[in-house]
Amino acid sequence: MTDAPGRLPARSGEWINRDQVVEFSFEGKTYRGLAGDTVTSALVAAGVRTLGRSFKYHRQRGPLSVANHDVNVMVDDGARTNLRGDVLPIHDGLTLKAVNTEGGLGSDRNRHINRLAKFLPVGFYYKTFHRPRRLFPFWERRIRALAGLGTIKRDAPRAETPKRYDFCDVLVIGAGPAGLSAALAAASRGARVVVVDENARAGGSLTHQWAGDDGAAGIRDELLRRVAAESLIDMRMSTTAAGYYADNWVALVDDVRLTKMRARQVVVASGCFEQPAVFHGNDLPGVMFGSGVQRLLHRYAVRPFRRAVVLVANSDGYRVALDLIAAGIEVATVADLRPEGETGPLATLVEQAGVTVRRGCGVYEAMADKQGELCAAVLAPVNAQGELDASRGERLECDGLVMSVGWAPAGNLLYQAGTRMDYADHVQQFVPAELPDGVHAAGRVNGVYELQQQLVDGERAGLAACVALACFSGQIPEQPRHEGASPSHPYPIFDHPKAKNFVDFDEDLQLKDLLNACQEGFDNIELMKRFSTVGMGPSQGKHSNMNAVRILARVRKQSIMATGTTTARPYFHPVPLKMLAGRSFNPERRTSLHERHRLLGASFTHVGDWLRPEYYRSSERRRDDLVVEEVRSVRNGVGLIDVGTLGKIEIRGPDAATFLERIYTGRFANTKLGRMTLALRCDESGVVTDDGIAARFGDDHFYVTASTTRTGAVVQDMQHWLVRWKLDAVVINATGHFAAMNLAGPYSRHVLSELTELDLDTAQLPFGGVAMAEVAGVPARIMRVGFVGELGYEIHVPAQFGGFVWDRVMQAGKRHAIRPFGVEAQRVLRLEKGIPIVGTDSDGLTNPLEMDMEWALAMDKPLFIGQRSLEILRKRPSERRLVGFCLPVGHDGARIRESHLVIRDGDICGRITSVAFSPTLNRIIGLAFVAPDQAAADTRIDIRGDGGGMVAATVTKLPFYDPEDLAQAGAAALKEVS
Amino acid sequence: MKIIHCPVNGPRPMQEFAYGGAFREMPDPATASDTEWGDYVFNRDGAPGVKREWWYHLASGVWFVAERDTLRDRFLRTYLYNEGEQPHD
Repeated sequence: MTDAPGRLPARSGEWINRDQVVEFSFEGKTYRGLAGDTVTSALVAAGVRTLGRSFKYHRQRGPLSVANHDVNVMVDDGARTNLRGDVLPIHDGLTLKAVNTEGGLGSDRNRHINRLAKFLPVGFYYKTFHRPRRLFPFWERRIRALAGLGTIKRDAPRAETPKRYDFCDVLVIGAGPAGLSAALAAASRGARVVVVDENARAGGSLTHQWAGDDGAAGIRDELLRRVAAESLIDMRMSTTAAGYYADNWVALVDDVRLTKMRARQVVVASGCFEQPAVFHGNDLPGVMFGSGVQRLLHRYAVRPFRRAVVLVANSDGYRVALDLIAAGIEVATVADLRPEGETGPLATLVEQAGVTVRRGCGVYEAMADKQGELCAAVLAPVNAQGELDASRGERLECDGLVMSVGWAPAGNLLYQAGTRMDYADHVQQFVPAELPDGVHAAGRVNGVYELQQQLVDGERAGLAACVALACFSGQIPEQPRHEGASPSHPYPIFDHPKAKNFVDFDEDLQLKDLLNACQEGFDNIELMKRFSTVGMGPSQGKHSNMNAVRILARVRKQSIMATGTTTARPYFHPVPLKMLAGRSFNPERRTSLHERHRLLGASFTHVGDWLRPEYYRSSERRRDDLVVEEVRSVRNGVGLIDVGTLGKIEIRGPDAATFLERIYTGRFANTKLGRMTLALRCDESGVVTDDGIAARFGDDHFYVTASTTRTGAVVQDMQHWLVRWKLDAVVINATGHFAAMNLAGPYSRHVLSELTELDLDTAQLPFGGVAMAEVAGVPARIMRVGFVGELGYEIHVPAQFGGFVWDRVMQAGKRHAIRPFGVEAQRVLRLEKGIPIVGTDSDGLTNPLEMDMEWALAMDKPLFIGQRSLEILRKRPSERRLVGFCLPVGHDGARIRESHLVIRDGDICGRITSVAFSPTLNRIIGLAFVAPDQAAADTRIDIRGDGGGMVAATVTKLPFYDPEDLAQAGAAALKEVS
Repeated sequence: MKIIHCPVNGPRPMQEFAYGGAFREMPDPATASDTEWGDYVFNRDGAPGVKREWWYHLASGVWFVAERDTLRDRFLRTYLYNEGEQPHD
């Protein structure tokens, strides 16, 4: 058990509860913290200085920002990994280990890599291990073991993370002074405001940077009081705005879920990331950002060290020095990088406290004690070239080194939104120059640093959002402009012969690594990033990109603007993948007869979104045998198939016939009532896209079918042409309105006649005839079809009666051994009848001429889609023909399948589109594309089958079955049921 | 995700819409040469800029015309074809 020597007396505004002690363990040792503490604050209070190991060299690292950016202080709690210690709240029983160590934080076996750093230049891994090739697998395993942070728990329980959709008038990102002031301004004009902030509590810089100032504490309390009283403001803390997408769609991530927030206006008041100075040893435990120190002091009442050197280049650093003094921490000196030093009253206050301020002075190196933690800093004056003069170095003992040299805007969301950012010399940072509509920026991210100015800038942004929302039309304050010295140093980067001056703490990149990258020719910011990996670690360059740009700009002797920055992409902060993972969502449609099929033992298959019976497991026999049985029952007796998935389209209106004439290739204007016609569709290039039948039930009423999988596209396209042609008709997709079944086989008329009053005699209802009549007392549309080549009736009834009618038909068919059949049997039946299926026996380039369907083209019509292209195609020799073929009875050579190739003289000249064993013909039959000169009946074609074996087939005139169409005419003699 | 203003249904998320191709008038098939017809059927202008396009609201079956700046990824305006140039948005 360790006490908390670093805990300060209670102070106003602290985030901890002193009455509630929390016990947790870190690296096997038990510690005591307070409720409200984070892992970092509790450990630092307990006197722990080394909290983690770096990624590449396994160097010791301590707290840096305490702002959710300390990527070297990541812990594993046994269930989750890569948790950031600087923001992870502690609770009783929490058991933590540092990630990225082998053998624990103190005795990490990989720490020796640090001594090899000299031999691991930038690009080392790219260049070294790919030769000799045979050793690569060995090195790959070694490097993979070293690479990456944290370990995934493969046995972690599966948990659903539902997404939330949300809407607001104004989304304010950042609950600091600017953000709160924007929210209050917008809410006061009636806008519904949501404020998000990744911190556990609101207040932003008022809770740390300004917290030492009594006046600021009053402003903070007043702002928070007013926000709490405003019912239109919804405060969401511990919520990160992690990504910006088109039209103000912002991804908000909290502990539990992802919220997809659609905001009418967005105010980005996300503040800044403090930036490191680059000097030898700037990563030692004990070196911290000024803002990080202030967070520890003011939020957690934790003193991170006893004697500090404060390296500054702005007035913020002087505030940190005053905060340290007030907390009883000795300030060894304030080293100001600027030759002129601080001009305001803050320097005087610091000097009055007895602290020496050294103007024009920097830290040449930070030194480590035997424990590898900071013990001293060597200060050196800055010369006229902006370099440190090491010959005049002076060593100061200290256990803390504060960096307060500059800021970079947290502008990731602004970049993602498409904001043009320009580099502003008066603040030495990128600021928004041109914001997209509906996006506003306020506060430090907008280059506004003084507290009063931040409040004004926030109000301005809030009111500007209200103007865009049309709920405010008054005067908007002008955007404040930063006065005085720049808050950021233009080049706080210092060379050292022993390097270890880190630009990127995530990836352990030193100044020389970036200089080497430039030398190797990667001297463009995007190339430099990829070669050196600067900014590619978990913090995504929040502390490294700006310095990398500065280094590159200096090497290239060009401005920061000309150098540019890398692209900022969502998400701007790592989130657990479970936040992003969606449910697997595959829509599935079932017909109204699905339950019947299931009870009948159907084996289902997916056809588009639909589930259809492939065949029925009516006995223990094999699938292929069952399909053959189903085929025979249709040929010899009677079968019933659910065709409810067929697209069913109602077309009504005075122009219905004209419309169909233009949409389809055939003739419809003269179609008689009670008749149906083939409906073949082409696209504008003359390619066949779909087929079905069009039944005429009235002068201005057609009922059209379309293929199961294409119905949506067909309806969409029909509606499009209806609009383009401005015709007076409507198209309705009635697919789900009707249940449909096809009763087929020589006995189908016997069965149906028991259920309907309709005269089924051929004279009354011939092949191609349609009628509306009752079936089993249910109003039905009856269509006499021949898809499977037998006498057959399609019966369409309102979907809710489908099951009832199916049962009645099955009952009536019992006497004739009726049997349900699936799509596989139907496929064989139609193939025997030589009927091609669009999309199976045609592809995205097939025109009707190649399918021998010229008979279906009414070329002398005024207009149909594809007609003009077909005229052109007709003048050209065709390149292929779709033909039937069959194999000899008893074929026992190589098996042939769909897409197998037709070969002639070693060249491909066609392919199989359909093939199946025909029970009726007792041989294998199929359809294939062949060269035009192979299309004549009895031509021999050679097919390359399974395993490359050649199979000789004979081109056969279609149809294979019943060429005189006697069966579908109902004229064939009744056969025996097999 | 973008929001598209359907002239009938108002602003709706993009996932409710389908792109229907460039807005092009069909040349008169009777008078167009084979080359002109082939150009109409097969050639599209892919250069970025302001385009007139067909868009379809899937849920309600509404076809409309949109003018879209593909360079800046913005919908400029949308309207129903039979309402000609009356802008909605």
